[in-house]
Amino acid sequence: MNKIDFDWKPLALVPVLALLVLPFIGSGSTWVTLTVAGLAMGMIIFIIASGLTLVFGLMDVLNFGHGVFIALGAFVATSVLGAMGDYTASASLWRNMMAVLPAMVVAMLVAGAVGVAFERFIVRPVYGNHLKQILITMGGMIIGEELIKVIWGPLQIPLPLPEGMRGSIFLGDAGVEKYRVIAVVVGLLVFGILLWVLTRTKIGLLIRAGVQDREMVESLGYRIKVLFVGVFVVGSALAGLGGVMWGLYQQSVIPQMGAQVNILIFIVLIIGGLGSTTGALIGALLVGLMANYTGFLVPKAALFSNIALMMAILLWRPQGVYALSR
Amino acid sequence: MLNRLISNDYPRSRVLAVLLVAILLALAFTPFIVPGVKALNVAAKILVFIVLVASFDLLLGYTGIVSFAHTMFFGIGAYGIAIASTRMGPGWSAILAGLAVALALSFVLALAVGLFSLRVRAIFFSMITLAVAAAFQTLASQLSEITGGEDGLTFKMPELLSPGFQLSESPFLGVSLDGRLISYYLLFFTTLVLLLAMLRIVNSPFGRVLQAIRENEFRAEAIGYRVVLYRTTSSILSALFATVAGAMLAIWLRYNGPDTSLSFEIMLDVLLIVVIGGMGTIYGAAIGSGVFVVAQSYLQDLLGLGSDATSGLPWLSALLSPDRWLLWLGLLFVLSVYYFPTGVVGRLRAMGARG
Repeated sequence: MNKIDFDWKPLALVPVLALLVLPFIGSGSTWVTLTVAGLAMGMIIFIIASGLTLVFGLMDVLNFGHGVFIALGAFVATSVLGAMGDYTASASLWRNMMAVLPAMVVAMLVAGAVGVAFERFIVRPVYGNHLKQILITMGGMIIGEELIKVIWGPLQIPLPLPEGMRGSIFLGDAGVEKYRVIAVVVGLLVFGILLWVLTRTKIGLLIRAGVQDREMVESLGYRIKVLFVGVFVVGSALAGLGGVMWGLYQQSVIPQMGAQVNILIFIVLIIGGLGSTTGALIGALLVGLMANYTGFLVPKAALFSNIALMMAILLWRPQGVYALSR
Repeated sequence: MLNRLISNDYPRSRVLAVLLVAILLALAFTPFIVPGVKALNVAAKILVFIVLVASFDLLLGYTGIVSFAHTMFFGIGAYGIAIASTRMGPGWSAILAGLAVALALSFVLALAVGLFSLRVRAIFFSMITLAVAAAFQTLASQLSEITGGEDGLTFKMPELLSPGFQLSESPFLGVSLDGRLISYYLLFFTTLVLLLAMLRIVNSPFGRVLQAIRENEFRAEAIGYRVVLYRTTSSILSALFATVAGAMLAIWLRYNGPDTSLSFEIMLDVLLIVVIGGMGTIYGAAIGSGVFVVAQSYLQDLLGLGSDATSGLPWLSALLSPDRWLLWLGLLFVLSVYYFPTGVVGRLRAMGARG
């Protein structure tokens, strides 16, 4: 895409929203706290949503069972972190990282492996049929959630933050929780890697070409099915990673969390435009900021504000901020 | 006469016809065949689910769009009766007013959601309804001054429908003629009328257009039907029927809360019943609801037995636990989407056509 052609308006939405609410919140330090919290939440949501939007863009498959991978990742993290009590109880951030990193890696591996099975048995038989896709991925979600209940039990499990990640850093008057900074860093890292793979590698080139015109890529001799399985698995693994981070953000996990987060993800995808990665990032940041601002200003309207935001965006651009051109 | 009544939509399978008549008779005479409160409660739940599931089938099976906000309309109906009865005191006027307001609200909401999302693509509709339903559920539990919050509302029905009312001193055929029985038959006849009305709708020219859209949207548009208009009308109709189903539930339970009528579990139940019973067949709703609710109420005990019998193998035992019955239902659901997408009814009809 040419720099001149680039559609900058949606990108401006995020700072505009943040600045618009500043007078309502009043205190600058509270605003900083809320904004960082919103950005952190947005980055976690983006990690989860990025896989889903790529899969949709590439293969026109919308996975309503995406939430299962979120819950799976979070529950795997409870097991891994639970087994590494020595490391999580330590106050040193580096020792904590030694526990959280393996938890993330294991969660991604497990979610990716389950993703392979999910693609093979749930999604593959229903390519090209939206109605059946919705039904069957929803069925996969039910089965997955029940299996999680079989393995980890149906109750809420606490997932405490490791010692060194608790507490806040102070920027002037504004207190910013350490974990939120970590979440933003991890989110930016994932976004950076994703952007690099998508724009600087051959695989990324093929994926982007596939999103634009699948048949053309196929006719040039590339096996787009294999590519798609890969994207699906990576998307599942990212959802697993996002699940770990979401679990740590909430400090507890329940089997139903997948379905709950799924709703946020869908709002993000609708705002961003189905299939667009940049759109997903903007949608995620907007939703994260909106949730935190309204959580502070009018706590009762938290989920409603996101719906209102979605409606407003749809009035402006009915296909989401970055619509795929098809 | 029968032809007119069921809108020329015969079961087209001997087994199916027998099953339907059996369900009809069983529901009509439940109070006299099986004594006890539980049986009557199960039968009433079947009646409510028949309307709810059939109305969902109007959308999923006949129009080919998936809504996850169906329980929202169900809940609106239930809350309409509940709030009106609490505020205005028990009475027929409260029921009518509650139902009227609920229907109006459902109409407006269904219209708004439809216009917003059905213009773009059908998959948008599914996602938006999911989000809107979740927001509505949160709203219902947070507006506790009106809706009673998480605790819900308990209220009284008019004299005639309350359990204390006695029509006559002497029991008829061993069953006392109390308000409970009258409520049951109110539900029964409402269900019958609504089901026949829905049969009428899907077998009308309008219903044919819906099916044409389901089969090939582009072609339907090309013939000259305005797809968005038909889809939106279908989603409004389906919402209105669901609202009535919710009102029926509230009348029967004399209680309503977020978990009884708004929860996502009910949405999933409805989805499972429609698909297993048979998409695009109103009869599937009747059979599916009957089998599902009976299974939910009685079969779980059977799973419990299986779980106890396998207690030596903890894994198997956990899988067979009655709490995990949704797992097996989910598997059945996925398999039925693959192998018999027309569900039980479609299967029976196919067998009838061959035999």
